[in-house]
Amino acid sequence: MVGCSSDGDGSKVLSKIAMNGGHGEDSPYFEGWKAYDNNPFHPTQNPNGVIQMGLSENQLCFDLIEDWIKNNPKASICTADGVENFRNITNFQDYHGLPEFRQALAKFMARIRGNRVEFDADRIVMSSGCTGASETLMFCLADPGDAFLVPSPYYPAFNRDLRWRTGVQLIPISCHSSNNFQLTLSDLESAYSKAIESGVKVKGLILTNPSNPLGTTSDVDTLKALLEFTSRRKIHIVCDEIYSATVFAPPVFTSISEVMREVECCDPCFVHFIYSLSKDLGLPGFRVGVLYSYNDAVVSTARKMSSFGLVSSQTQLLVASMLSDGDFVERFLGESPRRLRDRHRKFVEVLGRVGIGCLKGNAGLFFWMDFRKFLEEETFEEEMRLWRVIVHDIRLNVSPGSSFGCAEPGFFRVCFANMDEVTADVALGRIGAFVTRWHGDKNLRLSFKSLKSGDENNNSLSMTSPHVMSPRSPVVIARN
Amino acid sequence: MLSRKLSSNSHGQDSSYFLGWEEYTKNPFHAIDNPNGIIQMGLAENQLSVDQIKGWLKRRNLTGCEPGVSDFKELASFQDYHGLPAFKSALAAFMGKIRDGRVTFDEEKIVLTAGATSANEILMFCLADPGDAFLLPTPYYPGFDRDLKWRTGVEIIPIHTSSSNNFRITTSSLEQAFRHAQTLGMTVKGVLITNPSNPLGTTITRSEFNQLIRFVDSKNIHLISDEIYAGTVFNNSPDGFISVAEALHCGNHSLSQRIHLVYSLSKDMGMPGFRVGLIYSNNPSLVSAATKMSSFGLVSAQTQYLLANMLSDESFVHSYIEENRKRIRERKQLMVSRLHEVGIPCLESNAGLFCWVDMRGLLDESGPSFGGEKRLWTRLIHEVGLNVCAGSSCHCSEPGWFRICFANMDEWAMEVAMDRIKSFADSIRGQEQAAGTVLGQRFILLLLLSFIFVDDLGRTLSSQVKS
Repeated sequence: MVGCSSDGDGSKVLSKIAMNGGHGEDSPYFEGWKAYDNNPFHPTQNPNGVIQMGLSENQLCFDLIEDWIKNNPKASICTADGVENFRNITNFQDYHGLPEFRQALAKFMARIRGNRVEFDADRIVMSSGCTGASETLMFCLADPGDAFLVPSPYYPAFNRDLRWRTGVQLIPISCHSSNNFQLTLSDLESAYSKAIESGVKVKGLILTNPSNPLGTTSDVDTLKALLEFTSRRKIHIVCDEIYSATVFAPPVFTSISEVMREVECCDPCFVHFIYSLSKDLGLPGFRVGVLYSYNDAVVSTARKMSSFGLVSSQTQLLVASMLSDGDFVERFLGESPRRLRDRHRKFVEVLGRVGIGCLKGNAGLFFWMDFRKFLEEETFEEEMRLWRVIVHDIRLNVSPGSSFGCAEPGFFRVCFANMDEVTADVALGRIGAFVTRWHGDKNLRLSFKSLKSGDENNNSLSMTSPHVMSPRSPVVIARN
Repeated sequence: MLSRKLSSNSHGQDSSYFLGWEEYTKNPFHAIDNPNGIIQMGLAENQLSVDQIKGWLKRRNLTGCEPGVSDFKELASFQDYHGLPAFKSALAAFMGKIRDGRVTFDEEKIVLTAGATSANEILMFCLADPGDAFLLPTPYYPGFDRDLKWRTGVEIIPIHTSSSNNFRITTSSLEQAFRHAQTLGMTVKGVLITNPSNPLGTTITRSEFNQLIRFVDSKNIHLISDEIYAGTVFNNSPDGFISVAEALHCGNHSLSQRIHLVYSLSKDMGMPGFRVGLIYSNNPSLVSAATKMSSFGLVSAQTQYLLANMLSDESFVHSYIEENRKRIRERKQLMVSRLHEVGIPCLESNAGLFCWVDMRGLLDESGPSFGGEKRLWTRLIHEVGLNVCAGSSCHCSEPGWFRICFANMDEWAMEVAMDRIKSFADSIRGQEQAAGTVLGQRFILLLLLSFIFVDDLGRTLSSQVKS
């Protein structure tokens, strides 16, 4: 029986899930968002503001999409050419999705993989972004208390998306800088055995490829080994391929779907992947996600579950039209990686000149920056102190490695594709200036140490509810 | 290998509600291409006012519906789960207008969701733990079995209603359901009603409202009112449309934190494809938790932008609401009168996109049964070619009632459907008459025979007496 709420905020009458913090938004990680929100950089209006480098968005190719939309009025139900479609589209709520939408997605996904593999449009289940797709897969594959293994560092919102409402556990497999954070078979085997011995039911492995936050792709041999491992143990492998079209340098992206036919013991019933247009096309606001499974029962059930997060039919129409345009797709998939490569190269070169190393990456919208030399001690407390310097002193919002579950302190994920050239130059200038001062200025290091007394205050500030943050705050963003 | 949720059938899609839909999909009626196909009358969609919206798009010269080039980037990147402020503001105003200004809404208390489907599920996740129960008056929308229970683990306990009082909720039925939940060892977390009701098409009376409020207050539980059909109220009942939103301003702080509304544009605006739903609550903790959960089903920014523009056009909204109500009323009156002509009554109603039809007179046995209802439903689908929703799939406690939708087709299809029902009803009555004639003849024959027998007996007796 629920008691009468006397505390005024109504929290006592809510469920355990509502109150358990499983949404993950109370971590100090969000202090950076707050700093950005309170003081956002603008090249002319606020040139000393905080630059947002914690947001993994792709804003480099909007012009290509805008041009296409201008030249294709029929794709919108709001144009003279498209309005005749209005009745059919506005009424369409079939959870199979518009056939042309699924077909266009199937072709697009195949094209990203160099047409080395084909996809069946009937296996595509739509979802509200990858956020919806990953949660739905957990509901289909695991019961509360079951576990999925996940190589760390990993995307922080997995803690919410995979666990919060499903009751599924995540068991991280720590990867190390000594081998460039690659997942090894022995680490996987060891994590799996340990979990089994402690009585946990391991249902599968979830892998993000290309990796967030590392910005690297998994090689073919690793994928084959992982698939063989999961197939032999009859556990699932779920690949989050949301960054598949952001690969800008060799090696070419290899999808789990390509590797299946090369692993003899592979049972397709245990293979699934998720995808979205949020990163490759830079359309996170349109909430277009895909769950693709080789297991018929999963497709059938996931489709019923997709009722809880269908893609707006207005958006399905737009996307179907856009991705069916072969010329546009070719142009986009040629140009986007080129721009990502150029931006990535610029950052890596400039940072290299001031002695900051990054993990060698070939994909993604970010790089994995090595700031260990700036730590007085190799601890996560030091990492957080350094991070506060970066946020408040250098005025860059970057993401500390600890928020990705990284086992080694001193690494940061830095996003580079969510800003224009001017802002990128300013950001690089600030980092360079900071490093120069660091080397030459003992006082800077002392003032950094003195931040210790300010930490407690900052910590308490970070517990503010994200609800009061501005609309631009990434803390309220579905996926970053 | 897979989860229990996948292996169970608590998605509820094995019920006749969904099976009928499947049958329709295999053989859909089309006036020209498939005139003998099944007419879809099981889908509560509103297609009566689409032309009004199309007209608005054209009159606007289509600007401001899709963003200009400079805005596109902002919109495509906009994934803030608080939603576009202009959209929420327009929604809050729209909700107030549908209630004829009797209640007003604060956009800060709105949580946007992917349709009412998602809103209802999120409310269950936020208000109840697995194994807890919500009380729902029967008959209720079949989709609730999936939306409220499937992934949440929450149970539904029915509040039984009866045709004897026009399926109204009473305090004793509420108490009975509550006690039933307790005997099953469940904690009741609240009551969920649909107002206007699906499938009844009625709005709650002042008496029902008062009883509901007193009940949830006394038990310290939640009240959720799914008001997805609020804009379809076409006739004011004596009490007018009483929205549960009135209780949000009741002055009882604790109670007002436990009253929540669900809404969507799928029915009133006829836009189910756009997936626009919302939760409305005074409870800041609920709004906060639900907002985070809405990450699993946000509304497309493209759609928010279009509808923010549309719903901000006050004169359009005003004329749309009036015209929509008028067309629903007229279509409903047509159905009711045609059914009445063939002796099929409907529950008196003032809202919704359907009638709650009493077909007990067409059941094939002398006393109504669910077996008989199922047989009738099967005949309606396969012989008559109408997909209607059997009352049992809505958990109605009395057999013989059907929900028949009228707003998802043009007039031609409506006429065809009514003709088919008439023929079917006539044929059943004809059979009954014929059966009645045969029975009648047998009865007369028996009567004659019995006279002869008695006459013989009489003569025999009298001969005995005489002799």
